[in-house]
Amino acid sequence: MSSTRDEKAARIRHFLATEGDAVAEGTRGFNAGRYESVARLDDYEELKDRARAIKEDAIERLPELVDQLRESVEANGGTLYVADDADDANRYIREVAERKDAETLVKSKSMTTEELEVNDALQSDGVDVVETDLGEWVIQLADEAPSHIVAPAIHKSREGIADLFEATFDTEEPLETAEELTAFAREKLGERIAEADVGMTGANFIAADSGTLLLVTSEGNARKSAVVPDTHVAVAGVEKIVPSVTDFQPFVELIGRSGTGQDITSYISLLTPPVDSPTVEFDDPDVPMTAGGTERDGSSVPSRTSDREFHLVLVDNGRMAMREDEQLKETLYCIRCSACANSCGNFQSVGGHAFGGETYSGGIATGWETGIEGLDVAAEFNDLCTGCSRCVNACPVKIDIPWINTVVRDRINRGEGGRLDFLVEGLTPDAEPGGLDLGKRFFGNFSTVAKLGSATAPVSNWLAGTRPARRLLAETVGVDPRRELPAFRRETFRAWFERRGGSEVPQARARREAVVYPDLYTNHVQVERGKAAVKTLEALGVHVVVPDVPSSGRAPLSQGMVSTAEGHAHEVYAALAEHIDADRDVVVVEPSDLAMFRREYEKFLAPKSFERLDMHSYEVMEYVYGLLHAGAESTLLSAPDERDADERDADDAGVAYHSHCQQRTLGLESYTVAVLEDLGYDVVTSETECCGMAGSFGYKREYYELSMDVGEPIREQFEAADAADRAVVASGTSCLEQLDALLSRPTQHPVELVAPR
Amino acid sequence: MTTATLSTFERSLGRLDVESTRTSADELGETLASVTLDPVVGAPLPFENYSLPDWIRTDPTPAELEQAKTGVTAAEMAVADYGSVVIRATPDATEQVSLFPDVHVAVVRAADVVPGMPEAFERLAEWTAEGDSAIVATGPSATADMGALVKGAHGPKEVHVVVVE
Repeated sequence: MSSTRDEKAARIRHFLATEGDAVAEGTRGFNAGRYESVARLDDYEELKDRARAIKEDAIERLPELVDQLRESVEANGGTLYVADDADDANRYIREVAERKDAETLVKSKSMTTEELEVNDALQSDGVDVVETDLGEWVIQLADEAPSHIVAPAIHKSREGIADLFEATFDTEEPLETAEELTAFAREKLGERIAEADVGMTGANFIAADSGTLLLVTSEGNARKSAVVPDTHVAVAGVEKIVPSVTDFQPFVELIGRSGTGQDITSYISLLTPPVDSPTVEFDDPDVPMTAGGTERDGSSVPSRTSDREFHLVLVDNGRMAMREDEQLKETLYCIRCSACANSCGNFQSVGGHAFGGETYSGGIATGWETGIEGLDVAAEFNDLCTGCSRCVNACPVKIDIPWINTVVRDRINRGEGGRLDFLVEGLTPDAEPGGLDLGKRFFGNFSTVAKLGSATAPVSNWLAGTRPARRLLAETVGVDPRRELPAFRRETFRAWFERRGGSEVPQARARREAVVYPDLYTNHVQVERGKAAVKTLEALGVHVVVPDVPSSGRAPLSQGMVSTAEGHAHEVYAALAEHIDADRDVVVVEPSDLAMFRREYEKFLAPKSFERLDMHSYEVMEYVYGLLHAGAESTLLSAPDERDADERDADDAGVAYHSHCQQRTLGLESYTVAVLEDLGYDVVTSETECCGMAGSFGYKREYYELSMDVGEPIREQFEAADAADRAVVASGTSCLEQLDALLSRPTQHPVELVAPR
Repeated sequence: MTTATLSTFERSLGRLDVESTRTSADELGETLASVTLDPVVGAPLPFENYSLPDWIRTDPTPAELEQAKTGVTAAEMAVADYGSVVIRATPDATEQVSLFPDVHVAVVRAADVVPGMPEAFERLAEWTAEGDSAIVATGPSATADMGALVKGAHGPKEVHVVVVE
């Protein structure tokens, strides 16, 4: 266990050091571009809904669409082959190449052919395979694997590419600028395209009704690869079929924006092969392309006709089985845009060589690699999804990518065989299999740990802080010794509330009644923010109750312990239902728990129950915002000029706010900002997707360094000149802990800032 | 096509740094002379009332294609919202002429400019139903694979749109 953690840590450290900077620059640029580009669409949400609906329908009817597509392709004069697996696909493609006596085959970028490893198969037959996409060509020359599904060489710097070209081609002139490198590649690859016997492309989408392939590109290499040689082989996953050409439209508007932040890429090719364009015979340079038979000077040459040949190879390779798997099925809706990779804090830091499997990388790769390669491959990188959910709104086909990662984590947990461990067993009242990783079990059962921690505080905190205890924690459950542990409070939030005698606002005079949900952290660790929430709501005329409600199940869910989390969902709903019946609102301080109520519980509760809880639960600052807009007096809260002068300059109203990743996915960041601004604070918000702590992720020994690297942009932003003097507030427990580690000034929850003093 | 659609198209082209020129059928030859660099190759225009001037060589050889600085083709449709021109793949090598030379000059009839992608794909569905192929081309060829955005990867570095009213 321990050595596996060390190996993982070493591997991540390696990629952070060697590829992290280039990947970070590229992906963060794509991600920023995505926000700008989708904002220019009036009907972004509607386009996503349509794209999703088209994919749902297509996957549902896939066998029928394959039959229809076969008819269309054959009617056009091409052939369609459905390959069961990679070997089957490669065998077919090799036969085509052999029949054509192909010496050179030019390829445009295709992840599906990476999955097949078709280059190796063809090269073993003596076919010279040349990648013509500039990024893919760099990777081919370097003998590496793509680190990103759209920009395969994103991990390479310009200098690295220049060195590679120099070493490979012994170039006379040094190549330095991107223009020089591109011109060099264009010339070299132009020669290879001119002599090619076969052109191979992928396909982003295929229309069953006409046999039309849609290719999304920017360089023009796919156009040349398809049009110059007389033989075109297109390779695509069988899931790429949509019913008709009109179905292409929402995808064309979404794919570039979602991926690289381009409104549209330079070329959207709609090829209905065999295409009408004449082949380009560079061997007969003086024969007009169209007529054949006569040179410009009138002399005659052997006539040539453009008898184009087209093969469409549809690859199953596990996809039809994924279609039958209720949880993995959604993966087949993926259009490989890379938004989930670009919006992922961990991916931005470490790239696809760490956060990826045999072929695919980024959040959705867990689904692909599980379906195509198997759980063992997915297990190698699945933990890098922290469930922060920042990819959820970015996905143009609305795939719940964190859920796929959670389900796969659960399957991995269950697949490892039954090893029980006495040490953690007592702390783990869960429904999970015995072989579950001790760290997962520890973090997944944090509710038990927290209860024991509070019951025995402060002794538990002193003990946990001692070196023998830290070593034990590191070795058994993998808590990184560099992390400060949460300090459990002897008096829990609920105990405090009981001791003060319940709400200070009597029911009879109350504007509203609300439950303040005593989440695990607010109850045992961040008790002050619970008190602040109660005082704030009471100042605004709310009668508050703090009942005994179980923990939400976020902790076990994040470890892939789905059935344990589901148990929590039912218990929480049972405990809250009577309050909702009594017309009480449910106010939640911890955003990750609110996200459970509003997102994940949909998977666990009966639809009506989910809807009731969803409708009646609020993030605390969202609720404050609602109260203020319903007429509550904001003067009862703490505005900047009332701040304690000892804490900072009385006239300093500056706030640096980091919302919580799951809170932002729910669209709830703006309420906190609005409340703070209404009270007179001057707010800057963090630009980062996730702080890097992500629940227990950053505590784990193997991920500590990655977690700190993911947090680096927020540290830079909040320590920059325009933010360095601002008070730091953050909504999530783990965000506060991460910011405490990253920054040297104190942090607090926004409700503590505004609570009456 | 409304004048608003045409203005939208021109604004979109402006955002892409693609120059556009409005002209008439009578003045097409002069306009093309002013926006092309020699040597020029072309693909015949599929429009009824006018064609390319004689000085533009159509039906080029591979060698002429490679040596050409400018390729002139029709774009039988354009998409205002995106500044895209739609090039049909025809037996007279429209696709190659639009792809190989450094400069692509696309001749668009004002009436063929549609507002957005929904309209464009309605029409593209009709074309492809007949077995045709087409390229929705937006701005010049580009790559970011060499460490910075570069215009002119495997295709044209520059695009010029001539709108015939």
